[in-house]
Amino acid sequence: LPDGVNISKEARSAISRAASVFVLYATSCANNFAMKGKRKTLNASDVLSAMEEMEFQRFVAPLKESLEVFRREQKGKKEARKDKDKKADSEEQDKSREEENEDDDERMEEEEQNEEEEVDN
Amino acid sequence: AARLSGGENRLVSLPLSRIRVIMKSSPEVSSINQDALFLTAKATELFVQYLATYSYKHGRGKEKNALTYSDLSHTAEECETFQFLADILPKKILASKYLKMLEKEKRDGEVGEDDEEDEEEEDEDE
Repeated sequence: LPDGVNISKEARSAISRAASVFVLYATSCANNFAMKGKRKTLNASDVLSAMEEMEFQRFVAPLKESLEVFRREQKGKKEARKDKDKKADSEEQDKSREEENEDDDERMEEEEQNEEEEVDN
Repeated sequence: AARLSGGENRLVSLPLSRIRVIMKSSPEVSSINQDALFLTAKATELFVQYLATYSYKHGRGKEKNALTYSDLSHTAEECETFQFLADILPKKILASKYLKMLEKEKRDGEVGEDDEEDEEEEDEDE
């Protein structure tokens, strides 16, 4: 929105609700595509197909771009962790402890990813 | 869910954990791939931007340099793409107007009832 535009409290909460409904609608739509493909796991192409189905084609191109960046980031994190594990003994303990907390969350997500990852495209 | 955290150059500003919770609340969904989670979050972000700018452009709030609930509600009603939001963004009317509407409906109903009563009386006579 242009600078300085006020958004009423009511409008804010309405947008919040709209966002939740959007997620549900998109998820349900994406799930239909997954089921068509006889898969139990929602993947990227399911979500993109859902966007087209919901008449939000305008989102598809920017989403694909963002996805590229996201995948690169994830890959980078994986490599970084492998390197870090090797160096764990020699590195400073404090720094790696801080990162470890973050990494635990990422590792959980990563494990999920390994289980769920399908061959896309 | 729509709280935006500005400042950093994060790839997506909505919290993935929250998005995942909403997605999982859908009964038929078993599991969600990381990419799908990310895309849904990003799409929601784009959606919020689109909804807000569209509503602002086409709404009356603009006159006061504001985005109002009514702008959003109009969009849900009038724009086909956003029609799925119509139920959760209902138009608001003043309570006084609503009461008047109720009264009118009641009056219309009463006229109908009178007719029925006449018929019943006729039956009894026979």
